Formats: sequence, C-alpha cells, structure tokens
Amino acid sequence: MTAVLAAATSVDLAVFAVSAVIVLVGAFGVVFSRNPVHSALMLVMTLFGVAVLFVAQEAHFLAVVQVIVYAGAIVVLFLFVIMLLGVDREENVAAEPLRGQRPAAFALGGLMLLLVLLLARADNWATGAPSARGVASGPGENVEKLGRSIYTTFLLPFEVTAVLLVIAVVGAVVLVRRPASLPENTPGDEDGPDSSRPDQSRQDQEVPA
Amino acid sequence: MTVDGSWYLILAALLFTIGAVGLLIRRNVLVMFMCVELMLNAVNLTLVTFARMLDDIGGQVAVFFVLVVAAAEVVVGLGIIIAIFRRRADATADDLHILRG
Repeated sequence: MTAVLAAATSVDLAVFAVSAVIVLVGAFGVVFSRNPVHSALMLVMTLFGVAVLFVAQEAHFLAVVQVIVYAGAIVVLFLFVIMLLGVDREENVAAEPLRGQRPAAFALGGLMLLLVLLLARADNWATGAPSARGVASGPGENVEKLGRSIYTTFLLPFEVTAVLLVIAVVGAVVLVRRPASLPENTPGDEDGPDSSRPDQSRQDQEVPA
Repeated sequence: MTVDGSWYLILAALLFTIGAVGLLIRRNVLVMFMCVELMLNAVNLTLVTFARMLDDIGGQVAVFFVLVVAAAEVVVGLGIIIAIFRRRADATADDLHILRG
C-alpha cells in the first residue's frame, strides 16, 4: 500500500514539475518575445500547463473550459487582431523611453513576490472554514458538483454573467463599428502624418539619450 | 496523494509576478494584454488550489466566473485596441497619452 502511495506521489510530483516548467517557460516567453505572435503562442503553452495543473487538482471541468475558452477562443482572438492590424513585426524590446522604468519594474516585482510568499507562509498557505460552499472531494463527478453549486447557490451571479456577456458583445460591436463620418483609412485628425496604413514599418523607435 | 498545495501557490505567485513585471516593462498594448491574462491565470490556479486545500467547491465556482469575465474583458479590450489602431498606426502605450479620440 505504501509502495503504491509512494509511486503515485512520484508520478504526481513529476506531473507538477513538468507542468510548472512549461508554465514558467511560457510566461517568460510571453514577456520577452519580440514578436507579438510568438508571445501569443507562448501564452497558449502557459494555458495548457495551467490546464494540466487543474486536472492534477481534480478540477476537470475547469481544465476543459480552460483549453476551450482560453486556448481555443481568447488566444485565437489575439492572433486574429494581430493579423488584422498587421503588427506582427519585431519590436525593439530594449528601447526604454522612461529612464529607469525597467529596473524599477523588476525591483517592484521581486518585492511583490517576496511579500506575497511571506504573507502566505505566515498564514500557513490556506486558512478558513473547510467546505463552506459544498464539498469538492468525495463521491460524484466534479462536473456534477460544480453544476449543482452554480445552479443553486450561485444562480443569481450565473444569470448576471449572461447579462455581462450580452453587454460585452454589444459593446464590442459599438466600439469597432466604423462611424459614418470616418471613411476607411482616414488618418486621424491629430498629429501623425502617416497613420493611414497600420503595416508601415516603424521608424520612430526613439532611444533616450 | 497529490503534491502539497503550497507548491501550487508558490508557482501561482511566480506566474503572477511574471505577468505583473511584463505588464510594466512591455510597451506593445497587445502584449500587455497577454500579461494581464497571465495574471488572471495565476489567480485561477490559486483559487483551484484553495478549493482543493479547503475541500470547497466554491473556489472552482469562482474560477468559472473569472473565466467568463476574462472572456468579456478580452472582447471589449481588443475592440478598444482596434478602435485605437484605426486612428494611429502605433501600438505602444507611450503614444496613448492624449485623452481624446
């Protein structure tokens, strides 16, 4: 029995380690890729890693939704917008218009990570009443328990999300709709003499002295 | 048994930090948006981990709602980005300092 448990633990550990590496490599790729398309593909990698971690924690429905909604819809939407706007060119990542922004960002990030870990450690990682909203483990499928909770305890928030989605769709249509007064490819009325074509190569990569 | 929940929380904290730093250092609006998605995923991982540690289905329900809100946010945000691109050929956040159309 102990041998079986030990074997399961080592497999779980391996799954966690591999997924963690995939997640972190993908996240670094999103931040440090020079091409937005590469960033989007690295984002897919991170999302798959997170989905595997969801499965490892027995959140099966959320893992499936993660793959379908995030990797299948949101990243495709990102790629679609990148291609539509024609911004899939290399970007000068080293350009720093605001002096000292990058070191300050890294320092702030490190400080925040330290603070979060310290706070979590001081609170023993998770505190609170267990199973306040229903049991997650035990007999029955994950989908069944999640659905029962959503359609009973969280019915009103669930209905509100439907309203939210409708508002988002209408808002997107209103935002992207071209006004009748603005014909296609009209340059903006402010500065920028050549803002008619979005796929021009950018020459104004100013580097501060 | 599965891996201890604290490791998941540490991984989620790392992921959130990478997303936050990326949001601060990148200038392309689309990549900044992807960094926000990274941060949302880190929080989702935290919520699922808490759901397992406390044996509470409520954490997974919260992730469900976060997913819906993230989808709506991406749709509206990309709409705004397209509206900006129609005016200007550039996607860097530094050029968007004029508070009018």
